[in-house]
Amino acid sequence: MTRPAQSLIVVMVSRWLARLIQIFALYVIFHGHYSPGGGFQGGALLAASILLLRMTSGKEASQSQFKSSLAMPLGALGVLIFFTTGLITILGGGNYLDYQHTPVIVMEAARIRSLDILIIEVGVGLAVMSVLISIFDDLSEGGHDA
Amino acid sequence: MKATNYILLIGFAALLIYASLSLPPRGSLESPMHRERSAAGTPIAGSHYIRNAYHDAATPNFVTVVLADYRGFDTLGETLVVFSAGIACFLILRKAT
Repeated sequence: MTRPAQSLIVVMVSRWLARLIQIFALYVIFHGHYSPGGGFQGGALLAASILLLRMTSGKEASQSQFKSSLAMPLGALGVLIFFTTGLITILGGGNYLDYQHTPVIVMEAARIRSLDILIIEVGVGLAVMSVLISIFDDLSEGGHDA
Repeated sequence: MKATNYILLIGFAALLIYASLSLPPRGSLESPMHRERSAAGTPIAGSHYIRNAYHDAATPNFVTVVLADYRGFDTLGETLVVFSAGIACFLILRKAT
């Protein structure tokens, strides 16, 4: 399942396609304020680009794009970004996840909310991407060609 | 066996298409989800979000505002669910190296 593909065309096209998917995924995450999209969708797209490379270039060769051992720590980091963004607002005197009380930024309340939404979307995207890649790596590890 | 499958699929598709014909038109003010007040007379949250989302969070896409701000705790739970699914796969399937 994770052996390199036999055809050179498949390998080269998938490398080219993976970059396009990654750029579109970043667009989906960071343009989520203005158009449909957000952390979940962008994270799934980022994971799809890496999984494409895993399936065509093989698991060993695609380690340079994304290390398997990095997946779970990055996923935890994504959840932690979300959690910390919520926790910081308590220090500013608000409720949990009440973004306008974030104490580190001095700005209009609506602007702070907009910025914090972006931060948690990035956290969600990171978590979803890493967890999907981690699940794929775990599932494809078994069998004869581990 | 194969003919039965196709008949079932076509029948299900026909049922879905028939059901979608009686949906309210997009943006219709009479549909239940766009009303100001529910049948019981209580205010509906949707119109409040549509009115105040841009004012509250300076974000034009109010779906994002509902997802990440008004219902931020729910999204945190979703992220935790995804993460715990990853942890479960990690603990059950990954080989010791």
